[in-house]
Amino acid sequence: MSVLAPIAGIGRSTMAILAAIGRVAIYAASAVSHIFRPPFYIREFGQALLYIGYFSLPVVGMTALFTGGALALQIYAGGARFNAESVVPSIVAIGMVRELGPVLGGLMVAGRVAASIAAEIGTMKVTEQIDALVTLSTHPMKYLTVPRVLAATLAMPVLAAVGDVIGIMGGFLVGVTRLDFNSYAYLKNTVDFLESWDVVSGLIKASVFGFIVATMGCYHGMNSGRGAQGVGRATTNAVVSASVLILAANFLLTEMFFAQ
Amino acid sequence: MIELQGVHKAFGPKRVLNGIDLTVPTGESMVIIGGSGTGKSVLIKCILGLIRHDAGQILLDGEDVTKAERDAFLARFGMLFQGGALFDSLTVWQNVAFRLLRGSLKRPKDEAREIAIEKLRRVGLKPDVADLFPAELSGGMQKRVGLARAIAAEPEIIFFDEPTTGLDPIMSGVINDLIREIVVEMGATAMTITHDMTSVRAIADKVAMLHDGVIQWTGPVSQLDESGDPYLDQFIHGRAEGPIEAVR
Ligand SMILES: Nc1ncnc2c1ncn2[C@@H]1O[C@H](COP(=O)(O)OP(=O)(O)O)[C@@H](O)[C@H]1O
Ligand SMILES: [Mg+2]
Repeated sequence: MSVLAPIAGIGRSTMAILAAIGRVAIYAASAVSHIFRPPFYIREFGQALLYIGYFSLPVVGMTALFTGGALALQIYAGGARFNAESVVPSIVAIGMVRELGPVLGGLMVAGRVAASIAAEIGTMKVTEQIDALVTLSTHPMKYLTVPRVLAATLAMPVLAAVGDVIGIMGGFLVGVTRLDFNSYAYLKNTVDFLESWDVVSGLIKASVFGFIVATMGCYHGMNSGRGAQGVGRATTNAVVSASVLILAANFLLTEMFFAQ
Repeated sequence: MIELQGVHKAFGPKRVLNGIDLTVPTGESMVIIGGSGTGKSVLIKCILGLIRHDAGQILLDGEDVTKAERDAFLARFGMLFQGGALFDSLTVWQNVAFRLLRGSLKRPKDEAREIAIEKLRRVGLKPDVADLFPAELSGGMQKRVGLARAIAAEPEIIFFDEPTTGLDPIMSGVINDLIREIVVEMGATAMTITHDMTSVRAIADKVAMLHDGVIQWTGPVSQLDESGDPYLDQFIHGRAEGPIEAVR
């Protein structure tokens, strides 16, 4: 028996992980199905859009600005090894738009939004507010989850688009001030090499990441344990799972979009 | 009429309800007493379907509550939660008028607000609290807002989970009178959980004592003092010695 104990342990945790994945998948599917069925809570959707979208702009903007700048420096240094410094504008643009804009933006929003959604809904759960909603004939999935998931799914691509522009601008500022690029040539190079699919694929990714962030926030909030400790754990789990899922989804989407 | 037949509920290994049999006739005020942690709140949540019971049956007017159409079923109920359970993102009047601002009972905003203010007045709150947020109120005031929300849509059946806990004696008196009034005037069926024996005598038609997962004693409030049940006697006189262990 003792010989088999570690294997049993592995089996148990595998089962637990699979069960958790199943529960999240069912929850996400149910959230999606509720998006299309009335009643719709417009006011809650508007508030979620404001909080998730508008108030995330500074975080996403700053992230993109510094990342674009750092990217320009790195590509310049790397490109110099084989006399290809001139690729800086196009690689910065492609890197930002395809990968770093959506992924870093998604991770920052995961930290900000998944945490606050999980804490808010978790607190509602432990103070019986979710039960109160039900007794007042209001479906928590429709009233709490759907507005947030929909808002994040729609707002994240817009945030990523803003991040793309600011990130490219970060690269441009570094390129022009520190790397002696001609500002006209830099911009022309950026525009000439960027294809619309680069941008669109990044925005689709961002939308998926937005869905992941809000869904994980709501799921962990709704399943929060009891007391302040339960809410704390729900918040941590929401951020960690949203971040890991974003990176995993990014790999899968990249594979789907760009693998030859 | 609410009927519970052999209702069981356990959380993991912990058995909370262990075969509850209880009948609450329409238009009566039933008070549930019992030590804290004996499962009084769980019992009420099972009736509302907020917690799914493991075994037994709960019938509302002869129909199994787990098979009832949820929206129509819940529209008949009002519930005051033990902790108030007010929505902190909404103002006091929006909390009270929650049901009146959306769904099948929806009405114009001004009208909903007027009703909310009227209900607040009935629980002893002035109109100027209407635009505050729940976090700006004392615990007792939050309790009363919760009460106003429970009665706002004039439900047929109302559950009060410890309505006077945390209130001063005068406000407790006001709330007791109010609950009595709701039952008499609106003809509502009420189920109240309380530890407060003054409350019990003020609002109960019938009393049920929950102990060890079963209804230990039930009967009309007039028989409370001559029940001859040692558990009930210990509880209503607040004695440390008796069949109920003080350490739980
Ligand atoms: N959701 C839950 N999960 C696990 N245990 C619970 C849950 N709700 C209540 N309990 C347990 O059930 C018991 C009865 O709780 P409760 O009905 O709130 O007591 P009270 O009679 O004071 O209202 C308590 O021991 C509590 O810990
Ligand atoms: Mg209780």
